[in-house]
Amino acid sequence: MVKNDVKVLGAWPSPYVMRPRIALNIKSVNYEFLEETFGSKSELLLQSNPVHKKIPVLIHGDKPICESMIIVEYIDEVWTSGPSILPSDPYDRAIQRFWAAYVDEKWFAAMKGLRSAQGEERKAFLDQVTEGLALLEEAFGKCSKGKAFFGGDRIGLLDIAFGSFLGWLKVTEKLNGVKLLDEAKTPGLVKWAERFCADAAVKSVMPETEKLLEFSKVLAAKMKGAPPPKN
Amino acid sequence: MASSAVVTANQLIIMAELKLFRTWSSRFSLRVVWALDLKGIQYDTIFEDLSNKSSLLLQYNPVYKKVPVLVHNGKPLLESLVILEYIDETWKQTPLLPEDPSERAMARFWAKFGDDKVLPSIWNVFIKQGKDQEEAIVTAQENLGCVERQLTGKKFFNGETIGLVDLAFGWLANLLSVFEEVCGVTLIDLEKFPLLLEWIQNFADAPIIKESWPPRDKLITKYQALHEVYTSKEAPK
Repeated sequence: MVKNDVKVLGAWPSPYVMRPRIALNIKSVNYEFLEETFGSKSELLLQSNPVHKKIPVLIHGDKPICESMIIVEYIDEVWTSGPSILPSDPYDRAIQRFWAAYVDEKWFAAMKGLRSAQGEERKAFLDQVTEGLALLEEAFGKCSKGKAFFGGDRIGLLDIAFGSFLGWLKVTEKLNGVKLLDEAKTPGLVKWAERFCADAAVKSVMPETEKLLEFSKVLAAKMKGAPPPKN
Repeated sequence: MASSAVVTANQLIIMAELKLFRTWSSRFSLRVVWALDLKGIQYDTIFEDLSNKSSLLLQYNPVYKKVPVLVHNGKPLLESLVILEYIDETWKQTPLLPEDPSERAMARFWAKFGDDKVLPSIWNVFIKQGKDQEEAIVTAQENLGCVERQLTGKKFFNGETIGLVDLAFGWLANLLSVFEEVCGVTLIDLEKFPLLLEWIQNFADAPIIKESWPPRDKLITKYQALHEVYTSKEAPK
């Protein structure tokens, strides 16, 4: 029997890297986590993702798989004995994929804009972020059908896609002095977020908010061109 | 509409109510047209005027308000690549994706690369001028180089038959030459992109595909007008 040779190239602060790790945890698949050094790219990374040179990369045997949500779908298709990450109905699958793409292309794009924006621009991004969360609250109602997660009783594709951003959402709340997930406006998502972060598949890979906050300062300094503070 | 797919009674029931909202020129809508036509699926078409969107479109796609929207038995499906996967999962004839999970991951990777990198970089060439355009050309050709290499030893991105990645890149087979003509830039030449040029020929002339191309003269007019809008806003450097 071939040894289960699974590696994930990544870094602990990255929400994108969390996604395949959560998926592998759901499937109870052991893997080796190879952490990239902040500020440089390993030979293995450059070789296995020559097009984008980005993390995460899943290396299964000798095959590299790139792009976080594509990796998650791959994991679901390969390890079929574990719980399913995608629903079986094609329409439900389409809804999950639609919102996962929305989270990446629209919502998180606005979150990133918020990070560096000032003044009027900042308010515009904040509005986009909160509007997005209102849409996701509604989507949660429809997808969960009264159950714990977007995926139903268990974490699914959309939970992974959106939940992986919760660490950075909390950092954004702290840095901007705002409440993005709010018991009054997004009650469903508030409870969902607690359940998601407490889930066995997520707990070990979700970074602590304080650690992320510290890291965000390192990141901000790097973006401004200053040398990173020494740890 | 020619079709070599055999349609069973069960499939006729599933097809019962299928509507595609599109525009005459939308490159993303064309992907859905091709997927449905390749699988021999019957559907109704509703042509939208994006300057005057129908209330139905806005009801079905409140988030983006865009085409394509595929409505199957009253349920809307949005985003062309999501729709393609739905079509492939619902109607199994003429599969668009391979069976092997790592090959499926590769196909999804390249379809995403096309939309995230190739399309915007070529659009940049189209809307920019002077030095900005020169830089845009370099980026676009780097991206196209990655795509060219994917065709090594293959007739289509999917191998011998058309698949998801071919449909995703389909716009290269008609719109690229329109952009090149309108802005006077040749992005793909025979020396650097022989495989891509051959693929364009094979794809454009393929059965089913060739029946749905929007009229080229209308596209030229449309993009000429768009080009003027973009290039009159920017001062050439």
